[in-house]
Amino acid sequence: MTVTTFTPVASTIGGALIGLSAVMLMAVSGRIAGVSGIAARLLPPYEDDQFAGRLAFVAGLVAAPVLTLATRGQLPAQTIEAGTVTLVLAGLLVGFGSVWGNGCTSGHGVCGLSRLSLRALVATLTFMATGFATVFIARHWS
Amino acid sequence: MAILLQFAIGLIFGFGLLLSGMSDPAKVLNFLDLGGIASGGWDPSLAFVMAGAVAVTFVGFRFVLRRPQPLFAERFHLPARRELDVRIIAGPALFGIGWGLAGFCPGPALTALGFGSRAAFIFVAAMLGGMWLARFLGKLPSLSAIATPIDPLET
Repeated sequence: MTVTTFTPVASTIGGALIGLSAVMLMAVSGRIAGVSGIAARLLPPYEDDQFAGRLAFVAGLVAAPVLTLATRGQLPAQTIEAGTVTLVLAGLLVGFGSVWGNGCTSGHGVCGLSRLSLRALVATLTFMATGFATVFIARHWS
Repeated sequence: MAILLQFAIGLIFGFGLLLSGMSDPAKVLNFLDLGGIASGGWDPSLAFVMAGAVAVTFVGFRFVLRRPQPLFAERFHLPARRELDVRIIAGPALFGIGWGLAGFCPGPALTALGFGSRAAFIFVAAMLGGMWLARFLGKLPSLSAIATPIDPLET
């Protein structure tokens, strides 16, 4: 494992920016800022006419590090330890699970919890629990 | 105009992920490592990200939803479902396993594409495959017992 530093201030401010983004998306397009829902709807079948807006949102997500590198000359630390097989398996589970469960960390964890949704609370507690269990098994089950 | 705004909104989300450290899977995995509380190495930062985000949306949504309609849409699209079914447990359970395996969830994974790392492209490609599969299976009538036959994407 890679040692990381506890960053309460930067993480709270960063979290507030994520919240601000979700509030702005609600104000502009009237939709929940659930990244899994936005990404999944980039794939066919298309059920509404919001494709361009969703693509623009995802382009913004991807552009953030590109603009950061261009203006500040460096990127925050990023360590990806998972190998190819793990990445594929993890990606399939995250993609399948987020659509099957109607949301991910942003849709359920941020937007849903703040709307006091019971479904979102159950979803968030569930993915937290299996996330904790998975890392526990991977790191301490030997 | 709406498109440009949604790009800016995605950009703010991305900057939030970068500033909070959530674009680093190592930080996410160190949060999920409860065993690290005893042995050292636990990083509680993710809880502060959630707290900061929920604090802003809790107040902000109430403010925005008092308006008659969004700026560029006819109405607010809010999840209407209340019932707890198998899917609201099974989906997130699988999601959490994937999250714990690589340390990526959808937002940070898409932002990681902008870092240009090969690993992020592999993860996102697999994630889109998983999303496509779930939408495909969700529309099969034979699965209606565990998959309520309505929009599988409604949050």
